Amino acid sequence: MAAYSVSVALTGSGGAGSMTAGQILLDSASKAGFYGLMTRSMGPQIRGGEAAALVRISSTPISSLDDHYDLLIAFDWGNISRFAAELPLSTDSLILCDPAQGPVPDSIATYGARVAPLALKALSERVHGGRGNMIGLGAVAALIGLPIESVLHVLATQLGRKGEEVLAASTASVKVGAEAATLLPPMPKLPEGNPHGASRWNISGNEAAGLGALKGGIKFVAAYPITPATEVLEWLAPALEKTGGALIQAEDELASINMVIGGAFAGLPSLTATSGPGLSLMTESIGLAVASETPLVVVDVMRGGPSTGIPTKSEQSDLNIAVYGLHGDAPHLVVAPNSSTDCLAATQWSVYLAEALQSPAIVLSDQAMGQSRVIIDKPAESPYVADRLVADADIDGYQRYALTESGISPMAIPGTPGSNYVADGLEHNERGTPSSQASDHLAQLDKRARKLQNFDYGDNWADVEGDGEIAVITWGSVTGPVREALDRARAKGIKAKLISLRLILPALPERMDAALAGVNKVLVVEQSHSQQFNKFLRGHYDLPADVSVFSRPGPLPIRPGEILTRLAVWE
Amino acid sequence: MNVQVPLTAQDFKSDVKPIWCPGCGDYAVLSAITKALAELDTPREKIAFISGIGCSSRIPAYTNLYGFHGVHGRALPIAAGVKLARPDLTVIVAGGDGDGLSIGGNHFLHACRRNVDMTYVIMDNEVYGMTKGQASPTTSPDWCKSKLTPEGTGISPVEPIRLALAAGANFIARGFAGNPAEVARLIVEGIAHPGFSFIQILSPCVTYRPEEREWKQAVHASETEPAQIMAEAMHRLAADDGFTTGVLFAGNRAPFMPARDVKTTIADIERKFAS
Repeated sequence: MAAYSVSVALTGSGGAGSMTAGQILLDSASKAGFYGLMTRSMGPQIRGGEAAALVRISSTPISSLDDHYDLLIAFDWGNISRFAAELPLSTDSLILCDPAQGPVPDSIATYGARVAPLALKALSERVHGGRGNMIGLGAVAALIGLPIESVLHVLATQLGRKGEEVLAASTASVKVGAEAATLLPPMPKLPEGNPHGASRWNISGNEAAGLGALKGGIKFVAAYPITPATEVLEWLAPALEKTGGALIQAEDELASINMVIGGAFAGLPSLTATSGPGLSLMTESIGLAVASETPLVVVDVMRGGPSTGIPTKSEQSDLNIAVYGLHGDAPHLVVAPNSSTDCLAATQWSVYLAEALQSPAIVLSDQAMGQSRVIIDKPAESPYVADRLVADADIDGYQRYALTESGISPMAIPGTPGSNYVADGLEHNERGTPSSQASDHLAQLDKRARKLQNFDYGDNWADVEGDGEIAVITWGSVTGPVREALDRARAKGIKAKLISLRLILPALPERMDAALAGVNKVLVVEQSHSQQFNKFLRGHYDLPADVSVFSRPGPLPIRPGEILTRLAVWE
Repeated sequence: MNVQVPLTAQDFKSDVKPIWCPGCGDYAVLSAITKALAELDTPREKIAFISGIGCSSRIPAYTNLYGFHGVHGRALPIAAGVKLARPDLTVIVAGGDGDGLSIGGNHFLHACRRNVDMTYVIMDNEVYGMTKGQASPTTSPDWCKSKLTPEGTGISPVEPIRLALAAGANFIARGFAGNPAEVARLIVEGIAHPGFSFIQILSPCVTYRPEEREWKQAVHASETEPAQIMAEAMHRLAADDGFTTGVLFAGNRAPFMPARDVKTTIADIERKFAS
């Protein structure tokens, strides 16, 4: 089956039901045997703001938005101009809108897409309790060729508990919408789906990060709510509660990170999740975890910055603070998942690394992958679980910070008789006693650097795919569009390699050198204003002389076609 | 065969020499804490002693307990993390008035209301000693000896005992470093009392506040049994001169501790993602 995908934007004011319709569309596509992805774009309002569900349905696995939407359905036009730039359409695209809502606003009309009327309000009045969003859902499903039975199946599963009346109204609305679609201009239809039983998953990146934490062995979480990281915590709270762990809502991020330090010191693999402002507050104590060699994981779901920035939208601009934010020479781990799916494996791996290396690990997710929901093949099991090197009881002259060859020293867990010690953020000697002597400082700095640098990270440090003299180096959620751009490039005969860096810190120059063997041109792709990633690469790696950078701040997602354009320059 | 010999206060002290000035009240607090621990007979490895930053916060290293000397102002959240992760441990937190009531003030409020079972000792000397003599949150507004505030701070001091009561601490006491036997008794009672126990210890700084030696004349033992209801404690503390020592409040709120039952497996949870 050739790759085929269709992209649908469902927009409207909050309360119009675009998110619900988008969610059911995605679930229906899954039911019918397709892969998919849904991102959401929202204004800051709690209720009544602008909202768009951005759904892509595909016959093959995907982790990127497409260049434009094939179909835009507007339940109303309220505030659409605020995010028209996030809704690119082509001249082949189709706009469905209710003439009762007035003309297509200029910000959308300017794309030159076809427009077809769909009298959502009038049609919904035909159904007792009918809803415009369900009429629209039916029309969309019929237009793109999604079997209506799969939609009805999902409705029955999800709305059944809301009572027969609600279910009947929604079912009837979807059918009316599908019927109305026969009068609309035709669109290309989805191929036959590939029914899959239980082998596929429907998961968001934030849920995946939570699951990765759990599978990695996290037992204790302390955190403070913050957009767009809260779902990681909301997923983990009941999951931990049911599996013998605990999640504590702290009074602020300063408390969160320090509670986590306490939990980890006491022996439990521990984690917190936050976003940029919270990470800023935590940095002093992440340094404490470095100095005291306390393992912990901080999941940072990045949003637009600086300061409060754009809480609901994505950006890759916390790289600098994650890498350089700690005072002093403070080697630590920074790991970046590169898709919603990878939020699971990368977070699980981070738990393992943090525990094995007795180091804080910052996991850099972002709003785009964290709040995206994807239909994926069930992820493979990962072998990585927390396994801390602990000290035995009654060690004569126990030295918590002993200078071992690996740099990793056995850590005594409170309750272990005879190996008592005091963990300290003050520089210390091997025993842990505070020391300001040059020799102790150098020895402990060397030890903390050595344990990270000498560790075997295996092949997880990056996803290196393909061959060619051109390499695209990228990281995080932008990897999705890069991957798709490279697939398209290969189809056009452009040979290029992907290097998506997962292990940001420590940098592994030898691995990068090997990955860059035979490469003479590099395109760096990232989502920041100041080229944070490019500068990071320049500071840590030797790149070929010919480097081009495609860097743009959020919230506009980077799209495959834009990357392809930049690659084609080298054709 | 090992014969269990009762531990003495000395058995809880390490061989690390304190950085404190000669005559510092904190020596007496260290002695009182170790004496209390010997009396409680808890195995050393089952006690976690947590602190932040400041002269008095150095105290864990002077014991041979498991300890954590963290960053400035964050001792209480570290301690909460330890206790919530490991309910089997006895958790003691210690530090100064600046660490606990200024930079860490928010955590103090929430530790009182969260009521996790632990004991918090503030060694209150009404001055920042480690940074060489600046006003602390408990310094009186007209103290003019700091170069930072040569005219005095001009702002009212925090009153830690009243604050603790208002915020919901479950056990509140005051001691004086010049009376270590009473301090040891208060610590024993504080540790034994369920929930968050707060003990303010007036601990003179002989270097920057030599006048605090006079506290010896000012302190007086409470003549009443500890108040057990908040309204009564508030009434009494409203009239308190700040030098009454003893247990001032002993409440009966149940400590906060999430249940830890394993009800299901991760495999079971992740099954919900199957589409």
